[in-house]
Amino acid sequence: MSEMKKSTVAVIDYGMGNLHSVAKALEHAADENTSIIVTSDPKVIDAADRVLLPGVGAIRDCIGEMHNAGLVPSIKKAMAEKPFLAICVGIQSLMSHSEENGGVDCLNHFQGNALFFGEKHTDHDGSKLKVPHMGWNQVKQTMAHPLWKDIPDNARFYFVHSFYVVPENKSEVAGTCDYGLEFCVAIARDNVFAVQFHPEKSHKDGLQLYKNFLHWDGKP
Amino acid sequence: MGLAKRIIPCLDVDNGRVVKGVQFVDIRDAGDPVEVAKRYNEQGADEITFLDITASSDDRETTVHMVEAIASQVFIPLTVGGGIRTCEDIRRMLNAGADKVGINTAAVFNPEFVREAAQRFGSQCIVVAIDAKKVSAEGETDKWEIFTHGGRKPTGLDAVEWAKKMVEYGAGEILLTSMDRDGTKNGFDLGVTRAISEAVHVPVIASGGVGNLDHLVDGVIEGKADAVLAASIFHFGEYSIQEAKQRMTDAGIEMRL
Repeated sequence: MSEMKKSTVAVIDYGMGNLHSVAKALEHAADENTSIIVTSDPKVIDAADRVLLPGVGAIRDCIGEMHNAGLVPSIKKAMAEKPFLAICVGIQSLMSHSEENGGVDCLNHFQGNALFFGEKHTDHDGSKLKVPHMGWNQVKQTMAHPLWKDIPDNARFYFVHSFYVVPENKSEVAGTCDYGLEFCVAIARDNVFAVQFHPEKSHKDGLQLYKNFLHWDGKP
Repeated sequence: MGLAKRIIPCLDVDNGRVVKGVQFVDIRDAGDPVEVAKRYNEQGADEITFLDITASSDDRETTVHMVEAIASQVFIPLTVGGGIRTCEDIRRMLNAGADKVGINTAAVFNPEFVREAAQRFGSQCIVVAIDAKKVSAEGETDKWEIFTHGGRKPTGLDAVEWAKKMVEYGAGEILLTSMDRDGTKNGFDLGVTRAISEAVHVPVIASGGVGNLDHLVDGVIEGKADAVLAASIFHFGEYSIQEAKQRMTDAGIEMRL
């Protein structure tokens, strides 16, 4: 019996800390023919079948480390040709610009900016809302997409962030959430999907999203 | 529709074992933090907090392994507190799979540590734990002070001012424990909870004193807490997480069910 070729997923490590949770959740969602590789090697990223871009911390450090580690060409190449998922600060890094850290130019894959909720953020009725937006909020699916397969509309996912993305092209918005205002928490175009929440911390619906990513052929 | 309030079961862990008893369920699982965490995860806990009360720092390695084991199986946020004194302590816990760390006494003795930690790891993973006690007499304006050493040593620091300072230094969340109420089962100190929650823009977790499910409701509605933490009511099987969430939902609080 011939051995089946293993499918590989590169989780990009650009030195911004803990990727344990992301890798463990992917492993949990993966079958035996999938290997999860946490890597900072552009060659490994180029050779992978799928690529996941995580993100924690502040945007200036994230973008800076991606450049310092020489990973930007591989990230752009992956976004041009294979299933690609970005999470949390990862979604912000794909926008044109973020107003965090006094303003940072990002990778400009999606046109639009990341904006601050503000320390005086309020709900629709004027009551005070805490920032960061931390905890479980409902995600409205605004587009049919293979990554939403078997995930109920308005399922709750775990968020922790103070900045939110505003894409210029509204037809790229794949999911929204309400926190004082309705904002984009998932964005999609071709083989690229990005989410503001943390699937690896979002219990079974989060694991389902990872499973969907592992089975995704990159077609919308 | 909107952000749900959170229920956070808390496990006190000594040398890799849960020490607030869980002997009611299945003796084989009693005290194993991995099993307890899995059970709370299945019951729908929104996060899990571990308080490491291990006396010897040599035994901290056990906690690191425990966090690794839990993070491989439980896919909800994990916070680890107790004995976090240096950035190296934080780095080890985050690398093991913790999402946030709780800094308590070290913040009181060296507030700059909070600033350094938030700059290095991001505010989102820095929880400052505050142990407060009411110091005003009956009839006086309410005043609460920070205490250390399990509520035995006063510091002279005003609790509300301290919370504001910690947020300014980069705390992403405040875990507020009333030392007057801790262990009493008389309910949270709603006064200090509301005072701090209204004074800061980051989420506040109420802790200390939960004896029944109405106390959880009060913590959110009257105390304005963003999350409620409890240990014994869940450990001893008096209530499940689901029952707690149902009661809170019935009271009109938005929960993740």
